[in-house]
Amino acid sequence: MWVLLVLIVIVGLWVIAAYNGLISLKNQTVNAFKQIDVQLKRRHDLIPNLVNAVKGAMDFERSTLEAVIQARNQAVKVNASGPENVKQISQAENALSGALSRLLVTVERYPQLKATGNIGQLQEELTSTENRIAFARQLYNDTATQYNTKQQQFPTTLVTGLAHAERTDLWEIEDQAERAVPQVDLSRR
Amino acid sequence: MIGFVLFFAWLGFGGDYIWALSSGHHPFPWLGILITIVAIGTAWYSYKTGPEKVLWATGAQELTVPQTDAERQLVNVVEEMAIAAGVPRPRIWIVPDEDPNAFATGHDPRDSHIAVTNGLLRICSRDELQGVIGHELGHVKNLDVRLMTTLAALVGAVLLVRDGMGRMMGRGRLPGRSSGRRAKDAGPLLAILLALWVISWIIAPLVTQLLAMAVSRRREYLADAMSAQFTRNPLALASALEKIESAVAPTPSIKRGAAHLCIADPLGRRLTNREGWLADTFATHPPMGMRISRLKGMGYAQLKKEGGSFTSSALG
Repeated sequence: MWVLLVLIVIVGLWVIAAYNGLISLKNQTVNAFKQIDVQLKRRHDLIPNLVNAVKGAMDFERSTLEAVIQARNQAVKVNASGPENVKQISQAENALSGALSRLLVTVERYPQLKATGNIGQLQEELTSTENRIAFARQLYNDTATQYNTKQQQFPTTLVTGLAHAERTDLWEIEDQAERAVPQVDLSRR
Repeated sequence: MIGFVLFFAWLGFGGDYIWALSSGHHPFPWLGILITIVAIGTAWYSYKTGPEKVLWATGAQELTVPQTDAERQLVNVVEEMAIAAGVPRPRIWIVPDEDPNAFATGHDPRDSHIAVTNGLLRICSRDELQGVIGHELGHVKNLDVRLMTTLAALVGAVLLVRDGMGRMMGRGRLPGRSSGRRAKDAGPLLAILLALWVISWIIAPLVTQLLAMAVSRRREYLADAMSAQFTRNPLALASALEKIESAVAPTPSIKRGAAHLCIADPLGRRLTNREGWLADTFATHPPMGMRISRLKGMGYAQLKKEGGSFTSSALG
């Protein structure tokens, strides 16, 4: 009789611990996903200022700068249309990443430009902005993987129904062109 | 923290109990209560003021508005790494010292500080700085910073109270002797208790210090691994460690008390670079060569998994 009671208490405590662990991971995953949004928003706010600051020094690369502004405006517009268009949003953001990396490559091509204070700063800010987004996605993927693994592992898998835990998707690069390893031609320099 | 207070309660109440057994008239355990209160007070005070004290002792200045390019880069790197680690951005401090080093302190991830020296900013590339900051944030995320602060408090308080007790015992010896007749009646239990109690007093500082060092060394490896997890670039941290090590000069502005908080032993002790049980017992940091080779191992494993060939660019 006593043994049974002790057994029930132990199992009950384990269920509570497993349930709370899953809920905690679920909320961490949601939070990590929101962090990506925060960083994307930050990038949208930052780009106009950055481009304005270097407009004068980079007049001869006007088309690259305009491409960046255009991609940014497109991304803002798609984001404003609502969070349902996940596919369109990620396409617009990927296009913006592409435009920004072309700008970075352009800056690299003119070493004498770096002497102008603004350009060095631009380079640093661009690198940091892209890094932030990459790290936010990395954190989301790590957290989501942990959450998914926990759900599928025995014996935690027994309480997934109780915690309404569902598999979350990882962030993936949808654009095939971006997935390809970039070819950098070093002979130009 | 709780262990610390309990240990002191044993030192205090144990003394009371022995005294009561030996003298027969000692109704109120004032010794135990006093020592326990002192222990709680010291622990609480060190916990509260620890980070400020460490930062003050190194002469660090908080970086609020970045002025130079290097400072702007540091702020950016710290913010990036905080995103990667999923913790709030720590406060950033700069230590005016030309020797490369860095440390983290604080209570928990919501209230943490990262300090780097000018020398580190000067010699590290962006990727290497990222590795070092990732290492420090690894300490923050593992709550190492709290553990380290507590351990530092523990070592200091044990020494303090023991010295005070030594003086008190010197005065209180005579009544103990006069009631020696009763002590014999209490028998072997008293003798064992007394011996245990005295031994506890003698070894307390040594044990706490050894504990601090053992914990510290294991935590360094763990923080290196966390840094690799955040940056996905263990080779950058390896090359930063190589640079830090080749700048052999000790870091004069970081004192002994904060040594276990740093990324590399700031005292430049030769012990740190040796293997064997002596170094294993007394050094605050694992040998630099071991750390670098472990990081490089991670780097090669990563490259192999990605199917890339090992090129000079990856060494960069």
